[in-house]
Amino acid sequence: MKFTEEHEWLRVEDDIVVVGITEHAAEQLGDIVFVELPSVGNEVTKDDEVVVIESVKAASDILAPIDGEIMEVNDVLTDEPSKVNDDPLGDGWMFKIKPSDASQMDDFMDEAAYKKFIG
Amino acid sequence: MSDLRVTPLNALHKELGAKMVPFAGYEMPVQYPMGVMKEHLHCRAEAGLFDVSHMGQVVIWPKSGNYADAAQALETLVPVDVAGLGEMRQRYAMFLNDHGGILDDLMIANMGDHIFVVVNAGCKDADIAHMQKHLSDTCKIEVLDTRALLALQGPSAVTVLSRLNGAVADMKFMDVALDVDLDGISAVMSRSGYTGEDGFEISVAADDAEALTRKLLAHDEVEPIGLGARDSLRLEAGLCLYGHDIDEGTTPIEAGLGWAIQKVRRAGGARAGGFPGADVILSQQADGPVRRRVGLRPEGRAPMREGTQLYAHAEGGDVIGHVTSGAFGPTLGGPMSMGYVATAFAGPETTIYGDVRGKRLPAKVTAMPFVPANFKR
Repeated sequence: MKFTEEHEWLRVEDDIVVVGITEHAAEQLGDIVFVELPSVGNEVTKDDEVVVIESVKAASDILAPIDGEIMEVNDVLTDEPSKVNDDPLGDGWMFKIKPSDASQMDDFMDEAAYKKFIG
Repeated sequence: MSDLRVTPLNALHKELGAKMVPFAGYEMPVQYPMGVMKEHLHCRAEAGLFDVSHMGQVVIWPKSGNYADAAQALETLVPVDVAGLGEMRQRYAMFLNDHGGILDDLMIANMGDHIFVVVNAGCKDADIAHMQKHLSDTCKIEVLDTRALLALQGPSAVTVLSRLNGAVADMKFMDVALDVDLDGISAVMSRSGYTGEDGFEISVAADDAEALTRKLLAHDEVEPIGLGARDSLRLEAGLCLYGHDIDEGTTPIEAGLGWAIQKVRRAGGARAGGFPGADVILSQQADGPVRRRVGLRPEGRAPMREGTQLYAHAEGGDVIGHVTSGAFGPTLGGPMSMGYVATAFAGPETTIYGDVRGKRLPAKVTAMPFVPANFKR
């Protein structure tokens, strides 16, 4: 699993990358009450705002970590946004993206580096 | 955060693991490890303990010793019936400017020989100056800055406090009591609050605050609640937050607080008018305001936050109002907002649209409270 400075995690499954937010991010956001997911088939560019998360505190944007096509989204979150708090690395995943440039994955942190990053 | 003021419970909040934030010049707990959502639900199910010591506690002493003289003086600043307020009873009021705008909202209580006032933290310095300027001929203004204020709210609040003093259970909604002995600690209490639940506000000497808080937290029903849940609780209860839902630019009539102006102060009443902005307020009361505060239930789950612009139609047209508070209601199980709209759109069940991140999403105008109140009248 790889991590971004935006507190996203990325897990490679064959030629697809699964994306979610880290436990640290979920904890910082507080209880999540609303998740707006992108449309399947969207072509996105790194740093596009692809997901909106509303917690009891505020709204936050999740940016596309890499260029690619949205292949699948976790629709369950629309009705059960609290899954992001309960299991951010598992059932709380957000979308699957097919990278158009796999080399973009090289920029990200491994778990040890991310742990150091959040201190 | 070194220039922030602290309440007498500051160290205890930190010991309990609270996340502290600046609020109205104070370092206050926004949430405890339980989290906003669970704190909110716990308060509605059992009892939540709030530190509201940042609020201003003030006593208005009539120089004559007669309550009636203090009441007469205060009635020049607020549109409510102070003279007719029963002894050991509390009432909601607001300070007004000359345009009928709200300078602050407050609670006033008839304590027999004086008036006890609780004002918002963010306004308290201005409120105190306002009272000193306008009431000092006939009254002495005493600021109780060495007292703490706690609120115990929720259906179990009375059960818990009754264990400390059985007489507490005899108080009714909006009753106040002096010198209540809470297991050895002397308190001034009211049966009121800011959550829509039954509950009490408890004023004690600053030196007693931590001991009383620990006593209350020792009961299984009681959990500490931060400002985050305080906001979602009051919003579900349809209660205004000063500086957001009401301010100097809104009148009590626009804000739907006309109920707080008793008949005796309205047109035709024995003491009609006689408060700042009376001409504006009484004419709005007669003719209706051009805009009103309403409750909104957005469809779907996306909250419409403060500042969201409101429209009559899904496309085109002018702005008809804006949201002043918006959040997810944990008890309601969905998003809720309050805001101001032009009167034509203020009727219940009217569908209007809020601009959320560039998309107009539908919301229905709804009567408040969003969650029914649970007072012991």
